[in-house]
Amino acid sequence: MIGPKVAIDSFWLPKQSSTLAPQVDFAWDFVLYTSTIFFLLLMIPTFYFVMKYRRKKEGEVTSAIDHSTRIEVVWTVIPLFVLIALFFVGLTPYVNASVAPANALEVQVTAQKWSWSFRYPNGTTSPGKLIVPKGKPVRLVMSATDVLHSFYVAEFRVKQDAIPGQYTSLWFEPTQTGDYVVQCAEYCGAPEGDIPSDKPGGHSDMLATVQVVEEQAFKDWLETGGEDKSVPPAERGKKLFAQWGCSACHSLDGTKLAGPTLKGAFGREEELADGSKVKIDENYISESILNPNAKVVKGFAPIMPVFQGQLQQPQVEALIAFIKEQK
Amino acid sequence: MAVAVPGAGTEKHEHGSPPGSNYLNAQSGVWSWLTTVDHKRIGIMYLVSTLIAFALGGFFAILVRLELFTPRKTIMSPHMYNQAFTLHGAIMVFLFIIPSIPGSLGNFFLPIMIGAKDVAFPKLNLLSLYLYWIGALFALSSLVLGGLETGWTFYVPYSSTTSGAVIAVTFGAFILGFSSILTGLNFIVTMHKLRAPGVGWYRMPLFLWATYSTAVVQLLATPVLAITLLLLIVERAFHIGIFDPALGGDAVLFQHFFWFYSHPAVYIMILPGFGLISEIIATHSHRKIFGYKAIAFSSLAIALIGFLVWGHHMFVAGQSELAAVIFSFLTFLVAIPTGVKMFNWISTLWRGSISLRTPMVYAIVFLFLFAIGGLTGLFLGMLGTDMHLHDTYFVVAHFHYVMMGGTVIAFTGALHHWWPKMTGRMYNETLGRVSAVTMFIGFNMTFFSQFILGSRGMPRRYYNYLDQYQPLHQFSTVGSWVIGLAFLFVLYNLLASLRSGAKAPDNPWGGMSLEWQTATPPPTENFLTTPKVLHGPYDYSNDPKGTGGSDS
Repeated sequence: MIGPKVAIDSFWLPKQSSTLAPQVDFAWDFVLYTSTIFFLLLMIPTFYFVMKYRRKKEGEVTSAIDHSTRIEVVWTVIPLFVLIALFFVGLTPYVNASVAPANALEVQVTAQKWSWSFRYPNGTTSPGKLIVPKGKPVRLVMSATDVLHSFYVAEFRVKQDAIPGQYTSLWFEPTQTGDYVVQCAEYCGAPEGDIPSDKPGGHSDMLATVQVVEEQAFKDWLETGGEDKSVPPAERGKKLFAQWGCSACHSLDGTKLAGPTLKGAFGREEELADGSKVKIDENYISESILNPNAKVVKGFAPIMPVFQGQLQQPQVEALIAFIKEQK
Repeated sequence: MAVAVPGAGTEKHEHGSPPGSNYLNAQSGVWSWLTTVDHKRIGIMYLVSTLIAFALGGFFAILVRLELFTPRKTIMSPHMYNQAFTLHGAIMVFLFIIPSIPGSLGNFFLPIMIGAKDVAFPKLNLLSLYLYWIGALFALSSLVLGGLETGWTFYVPYSSTTSGAVIAVTFGAFILGFSSILTGLNFIVTMHKLRAPGVGWYRMPLFLWATYSTAVVQLLATPVLAITLLLLIVERAFHIGIFDPALGGDAVLFQHFFWFYSHPAVYIMILPGFGLISEIIATHSHRKIFGYKAIAFSSLAIALIGFLVWGHHMFVAGQSELAAVIFSFLTFLVAIPTGVKMFNWISTLWRGSISLRTPMVYAIVFLFLFAIGGLTGLFLGMLGTDMHLHDTYFVVAHFHYVMMGGTVIAFTGALHHWWPKMTGRMYNETLGRVSAVTMFIGFNMTFFSQFILGSRGMPRRYYNYLDQYQPLHQFSTVGSWVIGLAFLFVLYNLLASLRSGAKAPDNPWGGMSLEWQTATPPPTENFLTTPKVLHGPYDYSNDPKGTGGSDS
């Protein structure tokens, strides 16, 4: 099958891929067996009585017994104890899910219509893909920018709403490497007007991936800002250019948008707002990405956001390589 | 007979109805219906109105299921899909399931069952119906005013920022709330003040205890919904920040307000159904109901505990962990009175004389489906499993087993139970039973598959879905067609009975409660003379036809 998938390895539940999953599944099994027993306790007498006491002729004598205090106490008190047991069985995984270990890796999650973005402590930001090490606790601190969303990974048995204007959190410790699908579990509407081809359904296409990798691979990935070194820098730069939304202000075809066009930019000489001149080279591009308002080209407002702390050096290099190619 | 009610026709007519006159033929013309204050006519108008709403809501359900036949676009756009499931939910909740049983069967039978001529405030009763119609018009105006895609829960900030007819629909729900409040008030006063001589509280049929409990919830909870929806309208119209964080509001506050009404509202939906099941099972088993007081007071207990569990809708919505733990515990307590009812109904079958007429077949279908609906609630009340199951199809399946497998099945059964009394006609018994069995099969096909979808991780309100869920979705969709077929059987059967059904006797099932002791259809004043009731509604063991036992 192509595309994301929730791995199912039993009749009812997805595969267990976090330390929490077996705890939740113990509660599931407990309540499944308990409720099956109660269902049979209810249904067997129902069908037995309906067959045995089916009316054979009019005017049959029926029982006048209209209550029995003893049996009523029995079917009130026994279920009460069973219910209290269920409450506690359900409580344990919830309490464990509520308290993240102190050494957990913290990742900031931003949810917005209809995408997820993940930001690591070193500033690396990864849109649509959460990469985490196997066997280490990960704590997600979540917020939303527009409406309610909910982060749900079935194989981890975790779910938490992301809410505009406040922070919520959840944590998990993945036990197996592999890709897991994040589904948005809080209804958040569908796109209006121009419908993005990859997200026609809005809410139902608000998916992301959790990629669980070995710890060393995770460290390497994080240090390089998540760059895959086997891909040529210019190609990575092109991807970053799209991912980070640079194209909203910088055209590649010479059109003047909110920022200068990047067509033929490398090597060009520009006049700055203060009248001085600058030649566009690696240093200028790097500075203009990380701290863009230091030297603003004349005729443009200083409105570009600062990317210092968000993009890592290899990513800036990739962007420079891409810009060099725009002749 | 135990109840001193004279038969129709030959007695002196205290209230002045001519012989052979009943509530249907006493007056004629559309105007006589629109201006009537007769609770039975109002009940019939409620019945027709809510059934039309049910058909409309069902139509949208069929559309939703059709769209889900494939993992991507099948027949409609995402916006149409979002509107379809929103309208399905909003119509079913606000226009059908909340008003249906109290408005139709409650109105029709409550006064008769306590030996009264009408409800306490007949004109107020008519006002309730008009408010229902006006509210329904507002709610349905969304169909032409740009639609509604918020889901029936109107969660902010989506509902306060999205386009569409949010104000019209919430204002409609606001008006419908007043209809509900007035009906509840009317019923409470009626039961307190208008019981005939001999009808003590413990001689009221259990349907009335359930209706009383429902009315308490209607009175106490509905104003909160009204306030909440008004605040939402104020926020949308005047940009005053209450719920929307962008305006300085709190999104979770809305959920607290909303569920503070809407969870008790779940009991507005199911308690009347419980009452109907008590009537059907006792009547068709010809047996004194087991645990009368336990059933009566468990309704009240459910109504009261139901006010304290709203937070279980928000276990993963950002409320405090402590609050979640407390709400989980309280939620389990609701299971006790609910279980007590199940045990008592089943015990009523014990040593009864069970006639498997259509209403009874529906009652047994109810016991089966509601048992599943209730027990799967435990999975969601448990905090640990709810983290996984919340907002998945497991929840969808659970509340359909309760609301449809419970309330709608009970309502359909009761419609067959009282159809002869209301219309004076008998329907085809075989087709009635076939409809019940067909519905049972279709219902389980549609919704049991959704339990599996949910536990396997399929979120709700999805237009597109992962390919792996397609087989179960298709099975569910086919099931929805079987349910549709079953309702067509019901519709045909009942309508055909009006044309060509046999004339119904006064008491076709040999029932003991008061409604069976008057003429079929009842005269305008319900009884020709005020009945003097000598014992309870389920005293079958006192039947002079030779059943044993004693009155207790």
